[in-house]
Amino acid sequence: MAMTESTAPVRYRDGTAVVDLPAQIDASAERTLNEAYATAAGHGSKTVLLNFGRVEFLSSTGIALVVGILARARKDGRTITASGLSDHYREIFEITRLADFMKIYADESAALKGGEAT
Amino acid sequence: MLTLTRTFRRVIGRDGDSAPAKARASARTPVLETPPIDIAPNDPILAYFHAGSGAVAIDDLQLDSPAVRALRSAGVKLVVPLISQGELIGLLNLGRRLSDQDYSTDDRRLLEKLAAQASPAVRVAQLVREQEAEVRARERISQELRIAQLIQQQFLPKTLPNLPGWQIAAFYRAAAEVGGDFYDFIDLPGGKIGLVVGDVTGHGVPAALVMATTRSVLRSEAPRLGSPSKLLERVNDFLHADIPQNMFVTCLYAVLEPATGRLTYANAGHDLPFVRRGNDVVELRATGMPLGALPGMHYDEKEATLGPGDVMVLHSDGLAEAHDPQRQMYGFPRMRKLIGELGTGHELIDGLLESLHAFTGPAWEQEDDITLVTLSRSSVHGETEHVLVEFEESSAPGNERRIMDRVASSVRDIGLDPKRFERLKTAVSEAAMNAIEHGNRLDVELPVHVRVSVTDDELLIRIVDNGGGRDIPEPETPDLEAKLQGLQKPRGWGLFLIKNMVDDMRVHTTNMHHSIELVMKLAAKKGADDGHD
Repeated sequence: MAMTESTAPVRYRDGTAVVDLPAQIDASAERTLNEAYATAAGHGSKTVLLNFGRVEFLSSTGIALVVGILARARKDGRTITASGLSDHYREIFEITRLADFMKIYADESAALKGGEAT
Repeated sequence: MLTLTRTFRRVIGRDGDSAPAKARASARTPVLETPPIDIAPNDPILAYFHAGSGAVAIDDLQLDSPAVRALRSAGVKLVVPLISQGELIGLLNLGRRLSDQDYSTDDRRLLEKLAAQASPAVRVAQLVREQEAEVRARERISQELRIAQLIQQQFLPKTLPNLPGWQIAAFYRAAAEVGGDFYDFIDLPGGKIGLVVGDVTGHGVPAALVMATTRSVLRSEAPRLGSPSKLLERVNDFLHADIPQNMFVTCLYAVLEPATGRLTYANAGHDLPFVRRGNDVVELRATGMPLGALPGMHYDEKEATLGPGDVMVLHSDGLAEAHDPQRQMYGFPRMRKLIGELGTGHELIDGLLESLHAFTGPAWEQEDDITLVTLSRSSVHGETEHVLVEFEESSAPGNERRIMDRVASSVRDIGLDPKRFERLKTAVSEAAMNAIEHGNRLDVELPVHVRVSVTDDELLIRIVDNGGGRDIPEPETPDLEAKLQGLQKPRGWGLFLIKNMVDDMRVHTTNMHHSIELVMKLAAKKGADDGHD
């Protein structure tokens, strides 16, 4: 099986670190995600936006990775937000109650504006 | 004692003398090789050698011994036995001295000392040589076994037939020596299907080649000859002309009309298939000689009907004729009783194998190939199960996505709405990941078996792994708060997700396999528009 290239570049916009998540978030993305969070944290941004716009496949292991980042962020005093989730993965975030612990926005610009989640 | 004879051939030497003297002699005159001398195990001279009295002067012996005569005629004057740990392992043979004088007492002492010191070294050399020969023999045998396995696997069906209203399951496990079991499904004109189960006498490459030939003739002739008895007659005559001596093939061949359940069959000396009807288990009897044994044989042709809920079990003798440590046989009555009590398909096969395992004990070395093929007709009139796809994937990390994609493409046309389609994909990938990581523990040699089928109102995805014997835990709602506080590991979402993505989840565990069946309702479209359970 061809492995999807796993990169998660970090951009900075309006004081927020935006992490563009890779297409496949499962065990193979563990290092990429953890490094991306470390980069974002190293920059000092108080808010880290996980951009799921490219995500095609999110497994339970991928959910565990997101939970891990959320736990680290809580310890670090940072806020994690999410954008670009497909309807299906948004449903999964609701079922798993991840949506209770991070604001979910329809897209990046809504997330950067902040306010109530959409 | 045979090895002793061989050893004697090797150590019987040249005209006797010490090595330097020998070298000098070689320089002057050609040295004649004594011909190898065989010493029979009952030759009286052996008693002298075993007595341990040292060097034996051959000319002084008053014995009626063929070996003594042979040694004398070869010019041997003195024999010094090589004894290692009380065992005669060879002889040091010496001819006349170059000076023509007799061997002195000092000579004899020297030779006996030499023999005493050389014996252990010679023995070690012999053992090494024997071990090397054994290794070579073992390598040759295992190479042959690999070839036999390859042939056999090549000719066993890669997929099972897809018959609406019927469920077919098959199991084959080769014995260490690889017997000649085979089974096959042959597409026949008019939507009929030919079912074959057979067993070639013997093991290894010859049995595998006869199996391959039998299968080829069956496949090529079956569509032309509709009648099972005619087909077996034809195959019998074909095989008889070419089959190696003392080899034959037992074979049961049946033709099924899936629409009616009508079965016609003939039997060439194979174990009788069982049919379960309600609480009864009967044998389907038909007589006939094994294939290839005698020319011009005729075979009974019988008929039976497999009604709704009936199950037929085709098998080879590897299961019924297995023995426990006390050499008691598993037996057909036990098998028959269990078939009456167990479910269908893989459950039935697993149940039989578990019972066999319990009977033989864990140290059992499988005596013969085991083949089991079950054919089950759906129990309710009108309720048909249609298999969309059935396949296996290896348990390599990441293959859950491959399984998900294959299942997704097989159900694309059955009308699931996009939301439920996505839920199904997640449930399948999670169940497949559990099978790969937990069931098969990432052993790429172990397959994950996947079967996708639809009934009138349900889509069923069955995922089977080899991780039997351990219960699948009940899905619990993970405590996200505890995970975020670091009190629990972040993982542990799989079963919870699966349960929430599908309408029903049925798990089944046997000693050998785990299976999980994911159910999506089709007619009622339960939960199609709500968020989750």
